[in-house]
Amino acid sequence: MGYSLGLICRECATTYPAEARYVCERCFGPLEVAYDLDAARGRVTRESIEGGPRSMWRYRDLLPEVGDTPVDLGTGWTPLRRADRLAERLGVRELWLKDDTLNPTGSFKDRVVSVALSVARRLGFTTAACASTGNLATSVAAHAAAMGWPSVTIIPSDLETSKIVMAAVFGGVVLGVEGNYDDVNRLCVELVSEHPDWAFANVNLRPFYAEGSKTLAFEIAEQLGWRLPDQVVVPIASGSQFTKVAKGFAQLRALDLVEGAPPRLFGAQAAGCSPVATAFAEGATAIRPQKPRTLARSLAIGNPADGPYVLDELRAGGGDCGSVTDEEILEGIELLASSEGVFAETAGGTTIASLRQMVRRGTVDPEGSIVAIISGHGLKTVEALAGRSGVTATIPPTLVAAEDTLTARLLVGAS
Amino acid sequence: MSVVVRLPAQLRALVGGAGEVEVEARTVREAILTVDAAHPGLAERVLDDGGALRRFVNVFVADEDVRFLDGLDTVLSDGETISLVPAVAGG
Repeated sequence: MGYSLGLICRECATTYPAEARYVCERCFGPLEVAYDLDAARGRVTRESIEGGPRSMWRYRDLLPEVGDTPVDLGTGWTPLRRADRLAERLGVRELWLKDDTLNPTGSFKDRVVSVALSVARRLGFTTAACASTGNLATSVAAHAAAMGWPSVTIIPSDLETSKIVMAAVFGGVVLGVEGNYDDVNRLCVELVSEHPDWAFANVNLRPFYAEGSKTLAFEIAEQLGWRLPDQVVVPIASGSQFTKVAKGFAQLRALDLVEGAPPRLFGAQAAGCSPVATAFAEGATAIRPQKPRTLARSLAIGNPADGPYVLDELRAGGGDCGSVTDEEILEGIELLASSEGVFAETAGGTTIASLRQMVRRGTVDPEGSIVAIISGHGLKTVEALAGRSGVTATIPPTLVAAEDTLTARLLVGAS
Repeated sequence: MSVVVRLPAQLRALVGGAGEVEVEARTVREAILTVDAAHPGLAERVLDDGGALRRFVNVFVADEDVRFLDGLDTVLSDGETISLVPAVAGG
């Protein structure tokens, strides 16, 4: 059985039943799922979790109530890879990659969608929807297809081709909006007022949706042998993943499933869309929205819903937030790929480049253990590498041409 | 100036269920306070004790976030639409 209760407002603590509701009626604050951790302590154990499926649903007791069976394409329990080669290049001692490129639709969004649509089905919804920068739309459309549900996914019309194709191939309605993600988001908030019978994963189902990101923290700790890492680097778009990774680690500690201090959490943003990094650096308590201009489209949220909570967590936990240029993001993708054989989309490049930046300025401790969350697959953003990743040389199909070129390029046989 | 104030589902009960209300106002603040005068309760939901916009409320004038304009002092033109939208969404 699960230990989730209803919803509670993060601002004023007003409580609500577990229903499709995301905003506090009293203060407009965000609602989140509450848990009876006292009841769970001693009942949710390492053994009970280890006896579960090899997916994110092994943590079902610590997720919202989903009814008989969750909607699951096989999400989670992705590899936690020791990255010694990359660690050496970055000048750190112990680095791990949480490789969420390997989820069913290629990003961590499958975690949040699996929870959101499971809850939506339990609550009686029959249509799935979302506002998306691409990855979420793909995941919602795929899960909806697998459920036999219609879907309506809404994205900026100028996204990367692969993301549009992936969102559309599952057969749902994909609306391309002439505007940025913040425009899409606002449109969806207005739409949900008109279509309260649609399950917008990240609007009216958002409190449940967000909980899915806790499983990143759960898996990291379990895969380290029920040990907390010293430091975790998380990409920041809306900030939802960041705040829920923090919540996941906090719940593990509250349940005595792990010992020791909570990890210091670090953020990663693109310089072209850095509302959280900017507010953090300036010591501001409020987030000033920005107009995104970055190739890291999956992080291009200029008005991040959870920004204030990310700032609180960064400050309370002694963290930092990177802010890296598009060139650095591409270098980050290449550094990760060439060091570890992992191909990440631009968000992963942002995470690696931000880690490098924060190591250099001394905020990330190179002696402490580090986990970097690699949230999406590189095939989603191949255009970003156009002109950088291509054939080394084009040659006629002759041995002479091959040997000549290899000699020139690789110094084969030069010794 | 006659302007239209669009309300999210969470605030519609305050105005008898309508999705929008038409009022006379020169600024965003005046529009909110004018709606509140006719339908008490709206302002306290949208503004904090100091009269500033609550941090989880977004206000758009002609589709632009007023935080990019002059905030609550943003001047309205005749026929303009003001949208009150919960900030906690997306991502």
